[in-house]
Amino acid sequence: MVELLIKNGFVFDPINGINGEKMDIAIKNGKIVEKVTRKAQLIDATGLTVMPGGVDIHTHIAGGEVNTGRIVRPEDHVKDVVSKTATTRSGTGYSIPSTFVTGYRYSKMGYTTVMNPSMAPLEAKHTHEELNDIPLLDKASYPLIGDWWFVLEYLRKGDLEGCARHVAWMMDITKGYAIKIVNPGGLESWGFGHNVHSIDDQVPNFCITPREIIVGLAKVNKMLNLPHSIHLHTNNLGLPGNYVTTLETMKALESVPYEGRPVGHITHLQFSSFGGDGWGNMKSAAEEISSYINAHNHMTFDMGQVIFTDTTTMTADGPFEFTLYQLSGHKWVNSDVETETSGGIIPFHYKKNNAVNATQWSIGLELALLIKDPWKMFMTTDHPNGGPFFAYPRILAWLMSKKAREATLKKCHKKAQKKSLLPSIDRELSLYELAIMTRAGQAKALGLKNKGHLGVGADADIAIYNINPETTDIARKYKSVRRAFKHAAYTIKDGQIVVKDGEVVGNVSGRTMWLDVQTAEPCRIDDEMRNKFKEYWTVEYDNYPVTDHYVKVKDPIIVKASV
Amino acid sequence: MSIVKSVTCPICGCLCDDIELTVENNEVVKVKNGCAICESKFIGYRGEHRIKTPLMRKNGKLVPVSMNEAVHAAAEVLANSTYPILYGWSSTSSEAQRVGVELTEEVGGIMDNTAVVCHGPSILGVQEVGIPTCTLGQIRHRADLIIYWGCDPWSAHPRHLERYTSFTEGRFEKSEWKAYMQKLKAQAGQKKMQSAMRIESGRTQLRPQTCSIPGMPQTMSKDGRKLIVIDVRKTMSAEMADYYIQVEPNKDYELMQALRVLVRDGELDVDKVAGVPVEYLKQVADALVNCEFGVIFFGMGLTQTAGKFRNVEVAISLVRDLNMRTKFSIMPMRGHFNVTGANVVSAWQTGYPYGVDFSLGYPRYNPGETTCMDVLLREENDASLVIAADPGANFPKKAIENMVKHPLIVIDPHMNATSMLGDIVFPSAFVGIEVEGTAYRMDHVPLPLKKVVEPPKGILSDEEILTKILAQVKLIKSKKTAKKAEA
Repeated sequence: MVELLIKNGFVFDPINGINGEKMDIAIKNGKIVEKVTRKAQLIDATGLTVMPGGVDIHTHIAGGEVNTGRIVRPEDHVKDVVSKTATTRSGTGYSIPSTFVTGYRYSKMGYTTVMNPSMAPLEAKHTHEELNDIPLLDKASYPLIGDWWFVLEYLRKGDLEGCARHVAWMMDITKGYAIKIVNPGGLESWGFGHNVHSIDDQVPNFCITPREIIVGLAKVNKMLNLPHSIHLHTNNLGLPGNYVTTLETMKALESVPYEGRPVGHITHLQFSSFGGDGWGNMKSAAEEISSYINAHNHMTFDMGQVIFTDTTTMTADGPFEFTLYQLSGHKWVNSDVETETSGGIIPFHYKKNNAVNATQWSIGLELALLIKDPWKMFMTTDHPNGGPFFAYPRILAWLMSKKAREATLKKCHKKAQKKSLLPSIDRELSLYELAIMTRAGQAKALGLKNKGHLGVGADADIAIYNINPETTDIARKYKSVRRAFKHAAYTIKDGQIVVKDGEVVGNVSGRTMWLDVQTAEPCRIDDEMRNKFKEYWTVEYDNYPVTDHYVKVKDPIIVKASV
Repeated sequence: MSIVKSVTCPICGCLCDDIELTVENNEVVKVKNGCAICESKFIGYRGEHRIKTPLMRKNGKLVPVSMNEAVHAAAEVLANSTYPILYGWSSTSSEAQRVGVELTEEVGGIMDNTAVVCHGPSILGVQEVGIPTCTLGQIRHRADLIIYWGCDPWSAHPRHLERYTSFTEGRFEKSEWKAYMQKLKAQAGQKKMQSAMRIESGRTQLRPQTCSIPGMPQTMSKDGRKLIVIDVRKTMSAEMADYYIQVEPNKDYELMQALRVLVRDGELDVDKVAGVPVEYLKQVADALVNCEFGVIFFGMGLTQTAGKFRNVEVAISLVRDLNMRTKFSIMPMRGHFNVTGANVVSAWQTGYPYGVDFSLGYPRYNPGETTCMDVLLREENDASLVIAADPGANFPKKAIENMVKHPLIVIDPHMNATSMLGDIVFPSAFVGIEVEGTAYRMDHVPLPLKKVVEPPKGILSDEEILTKILAQVKLIKSKKTAKKAEA
């Protein structure tokens, strides 16, 4: 195996408290080591910024929903085509890139680990087949569990232990990484075209409330010692006035013991922080949300930032996509999955001169800047819902430069400008804080011990950017910094150089991670359960699990549960 | 003797995965749970038409050759062509389809699947207006109104009704099987009575119609799941339906637009649309609006008749309208067991579901220009590879004539119409019987295909054959580039 030595770079490694010190990083056998021999290949990083490889906690890149988005939108691909080269496959891009292009584009930005947050268990094989075709990245997927009939029935009975064993089994058979909950109760209601409108509404036919589902699964998550907390898409997402629901959800989760580790992660928080009571007076509730978050430590969040572009919204939240359909009349996909979840797709163009879109753009940045602790709030666009992931460098520019924010804000709709809190916020994030929001914080929240840092023993997943923190005032020169983040000088994956000067030069498959949760007493698959399975699904029990055949490079993570 | 359970049937888009096979001496001897088509495939696939070795056309005749020779010849053909067509893919695993996309990209050809002659228009319709749909289990649990439009599941997807729609037991909706059996009995009784009366009175006239239009009842009142079949002729499925609507050929578009008007509370100022009285259509519209969960399944009666993708577009638009009033889904009845997979795999690797053109080095998609049919009819092809399909039996004459003007490589287990026209023919193992793999059901649910018996000696899978050809093509190409670099 090749040895590598990255010499003399400015290293930002927040987990180990390293803030821009000039250091060497040694790599051997795909891991970071103390030192290497003199034969090691040298990378001269003098005047460059060295960070751990980027980690994305929430990005829709693979699976049935994503692929249906591809099929439905040829007009989206035709404007962004990618040719075959000697090292790379061809494909198409824009808001829902083909699998290979997804891998290349993430890698070009210095990302090395991404999390696919929405996997219908019944279609998990499809997700994994696609993940196998996404090169250069380590990947994992979160199965959708919040409206799964078995879980609803266990929680209604109050049988948390049974539920925990069941979820452990679920993680194994879907090769999943975390408990994903989307609009709990709402998706089951959507089966007959209804929805729930608060966390205390009854879910039809199941005698349970969203509150009981959220808190129940958070407790289950604790019992199983899963590395990540529950990953939650709140009720009423995307509707004016929904910040009240978001606050209630966070308060409900206070009842789960904190014990030093977050009990929940609310994803794409921007979409859950709307004030007002209709689209006419929809406004930001970033102040209310962020002041609660600044006073509490039991949760983490990601932005779900909006980019002004033509993109594709896709979520398991079928009823929300139906709302968007009613608003836009655009082509609309709904895809309910028996016994488990639902889903929907609507193409969407976020426009600066639309008051609601511009306010959404503002809310995302307000939240990221008003939440004081960068370890709580991570950068995402909820790709492709807020915008495609390759727009991340633009978000970084807005976060680190008031000048960049002002340049965009002044082109926004007058109403949105007037309501925006951004002019009152002077905070400009440092490279250290950005490193937390784009890798260290995300890896920590995900419980990925070998990622998001550059300590000895960590995976040699490294990004080197052409930014000299000593000579560059990043807040003023935000355009050049944006360019640097768009085209990494080097991306190193598992100790191999895969990107150089913004071009893909190497080929590494990347691993698929999943949880092998070991419970004291395993989930019993008896005849009763098999019969229930036959009643609930239209596939046989034997054909349901994702077998090893579906994972190209395997990386199971063993978790010892306390049940 | 061994019994293999939960086998997925590699025939149609239903992908029934509850088949039980009895295997004796590397042969399937008994099939349980399957339909007649399923049984005939598992029992009869070995037949006399099986190709046993690779074949090449020499002096006008197909003669046996070694695998190596065939692979080399096929790779030469593909590597030296400028616009080859790689067509078929619908009766093989998604694993083989993945290799297929890479091979097509490598040779700069057209990657196309059988959707081009069946549900391609459905995809075009979906690309216009989207599609509100669901998995089949959702229908089993919830649907109280089931419509088959321009398709005949009883004959083409024999277990569709039994596994997924009217005759299944769901959590919120019950099976209509008993009611159907009672109806059959009653009908048989009626017939007996009538024939007895005829004999008695010596009259030979037909029994009186209950409705002015044959098969059309006066009202749409019925408890439980309703089954409506809309077709140009009274198919087997229509016989079973609670309500059958006979649409005039090529008038589906008008009928659906009329229903849209009624669903949107509009008025029609004609008496009949597509041969159906408006009064009756109003009742149908009421049934559509008043169901709890409705679904439309459609087949080639919509996609391959006048209007083509416009029919599908308006069908989906009707379902979009209905979703403003209740919950409604729509789904194409896909034919080949993995044609859905061919679309799915092509889409994740290229962004496009069929008719993908790699000749410019990147994927391009424009049906009407880039499907294999377009290229064949323009006579621009200079080589073809056909796998897991039989265009020789079902393509237009002109298209197939142009195909055989140029070298034709065929990969198929059988000697079918296309393999007989081929220049290089590879025998392959049966996916889902002799090799494992993955297929996608018509509702995009992936299911594993099992290997239950060993393939005949020396017979490789589609995936293996393609991988060999791909490796050889790459070798030829790298030699070419090296030569160029030297020059």
